[in-house]
Amino acid sequence: MLKIENLHASVDGKKILKGINLAIGAGEVHAIMGPNGSGKSTLSNIIAGRDGYEVTEGSITFKGQNLLTMAPEERAWEGVFLAFQYPVEIPGVNNTYLLKAGVNAKRKHRGQEELDAMDFMQIVKEKAKLVELDPSFLSRGVNEGFSGGEKKRNEIFQMAVLEPELALLDETDSGLDIDALRIVAHGVNKLRSAERSIIMITHYQRLLDYIQPDVVHVLADGKILKTGDAKLALELEERGYDWVREEAAA
Amino acid sequence: MSPIKAESKPEAFAAQEYQAGFVTDIESDTLPPGLNEDVIRHISARKEEPQWLLDWRLEAFRHWQTMSEPTWATVDYPPIDYQSISYFSAPKSPDNAPKSLDEVDPKLLETYAKLGIPLREQEMLAGVAVDAVFDSVSVATTFKGKLKEAGVIFCPISEAVRDYPELVQKYLGTVVPQGDNFYAALNSAVFTDGSFVYIPKGVRCPMELSTYFRINASNTGQFERTLIIADEKSYVSYLEGCTAPSRDENQLHAAVVELITLEDAQIKYSTVQNWYPGDENGVGGIYNFVTKRGDCRGDRSKISWTQVETGSAITWKYPSCILRGNDSVGEFYSVALTKMRQQADTGTKMTHLGKNTRSTIVSKGIAAGHGNQSYRGLVSIGKDAAGARNFTQCDSLLIGDKCGAHTFPYVVVKNPTAIMEHEATTSKIGEDQLFYCLSRGISEEDAVNMIVNGFCKDVFNQLPMEFAVEANRLMEVSLEGAVG
Repeated sequence: MLKIENLHASVDGKKILKGINLAIGAGEVHAIMGPNGSGKSTLSNIIAGRDGYEVTEGSITFKGQNLLTMAPEERAWEGVFLAFQYPVEIPGVNNTYLLKAGVNAKRKHRGQEELDAMDFMQIVKEKAKLVELDPSFLSRGVNEGFSGGEKKRNEIFQMAVLEPELALLDETDSGLDIDALRIVAHGVNKLRSAERSIIMITHYQRLLDYIQPDVVHVLADGKILKTGDAKLALELEERGYDWVREEAAA
Repeated sequence: MSPIKAESKPEAFAAQEYQAGFVTDIESDTLPPGLNEDVIRHISARKEEPQWLLDWRLEAFRHWQTMSEPTWATVDYPPIDYQSISYFSAPKSPDNAPKSLDEVDPKLLETYAKLGIPLREQEMLAGVAVDAVFDSVSVATTFKGKLKEAGVIFCPISEAVRDYPELVQKYLGTVVPQGDNFYAALNSAVFTDGSFVYIPKGVRCPMELSTYFRINASNTGQFERTLIIADEKSYVSYLEGCTAPSRDENQLHAAVVELITLEDAQIKYSTVQNWYPGDENGVGGIYNFVTKRGDCRGDRSKISWTQVETGSAITWKYPSCILRGNDSVGEFYSVALTKMRQQADTGTKMTHLGKNTRSTIVSKGIAAGHGNQSYRGLVSIGKDAAGARNFTQCDSLLIGDKCGAHTFPYVVVKNPTAIMEHEATTSKIGEDQLFYCLSRGISEEDAVNMIVNGFCKDVFNQLPMEFAVEANRLMEVSLEGAVG
């Protein structure tokens, strides 16, 4: 599904990623953990196509296509989705309207018929239940006046509607209380499928208690230092990151 | 744009023009350029005006001669030679008009198509010499019938001077006096066109009035004069303009609009202005120097201005309210968009004189390209205006880094019980907002449209339904190519 090879990238001339290698198969859930400033968010932003990052070396292929030459909206049409760490507010723009525009742009790209308002509302209402999003949020401005937790729920709700093949969840657990975390995790679990790959970026093990990853990577100093299964996350929780660094240096 | 189906408009139009006698009268008559008392006498004579109106015009002209053009606005343009303008010209001869849409600038046609304007209407807007044989006059007839039944007067101002002289004489110039400002004085001296509306006591006007249905409406006057009077406990909603870009031979427009509300009356005045803005280099384009003012003369009366200004090379416009009656309410909702080399200096004045008067100002400015714009507003609370309240919100949105937005809010408070609130923001279209939309699969152009329309929502919500839908589309078309 997604293949990253020897990815080097910098921001404002500062090297952030220093040779990332990563391969994610269809239906797999990978967790990327690591200390602050290790390049986790940079990686997800580069995959989604955000401006301001310079890829100096390496490649990213998605479903066999070169992802790096595609515009962000093209990546979305191909099935890439980013759940933002800090979702922005867009005042006056209706949440459902934004989503409908996104869904229909994607359908158009794929040669499918665009959904009309009635069909779309039906889908939206169903998906809102998945993350227990109050229907009143659907008609509000995008993230306008949402609490931190509501914003994160809204992201997963959007993921449910857009049905991506690759979902990047950038610290979706941060800022959530335990109940909200459970709801969001439940939503993500419902969205797991054999056709959908998920990358979860997180600091903490606790998200992984609710969403069991197939693979756990440790990203530090711009490199994947260690890869393991779910048990690795527990070990990190217990021992921190330094031992991984030392092991890698040895 | 109008409460009646778009397809019906050309018919209504044609029928109206056909009935209007004086159009044919003046066809052969165009005055040479220049302005003097003889020109004014000539205009007045051609329109068969009473002596008092001629005197009124002459007084305005004499005043105008002592005045100089205002220079305080943040706009820049070469000097205007007022003696090079013809102040009375017949409608353009059909011989010079394009014979069909094939002869019209394709760019203009493209815009019409995007706005979804019906073919017949496109022809009219582009000034095609349409053969005015249409099969139906029913729309116009029904329309006029309904208004007559309600006792509403809605006619060209020159007709009102003839048919309702007492009303005109009683109210004309009482809100915007002849010598109010340079352009208003010029307008008072030479106006030839405009609307007159009178809503009798206790009448709620049965439909939204639109300049579209006025006789001779196809030719927007260069010096338009509009006078609307809402008598006690009456209500009217008036729509001016059109979302379609209209070409005009006259570069200078200096209109005056006067609104008067008596006790418990209400006027809602909505404008969509989309005149030719000039080209990318700022060549051509309309100079729009307008004086619009409403007088809430009666207690508990209300005047509400809503404007969407996307056209003209230069806009100089401050629709204002004099809140004279106790508990009267003034509102100003504005969206102004400047792109390419457009300049706009616009805002409002809220003059609180009566007790417990309230005013609301919501101004949304969007600048793109090399566009430049200013919000200029004055809220003044008189010494007797106990309990007056004002809320002002001015937001500016910048697209790109070559445009500019300025805010000049003035406040004068002479009564200590006044409550004033002011909010202002200036923001660039956020990279974050844009990327958020892109990552959801929305193209950059659609994303910008969405963000801008969201930004304008508070104002668009004030527009009558038909206008609101078109305003959205208008912003999209206007912003095309502004990004990237």
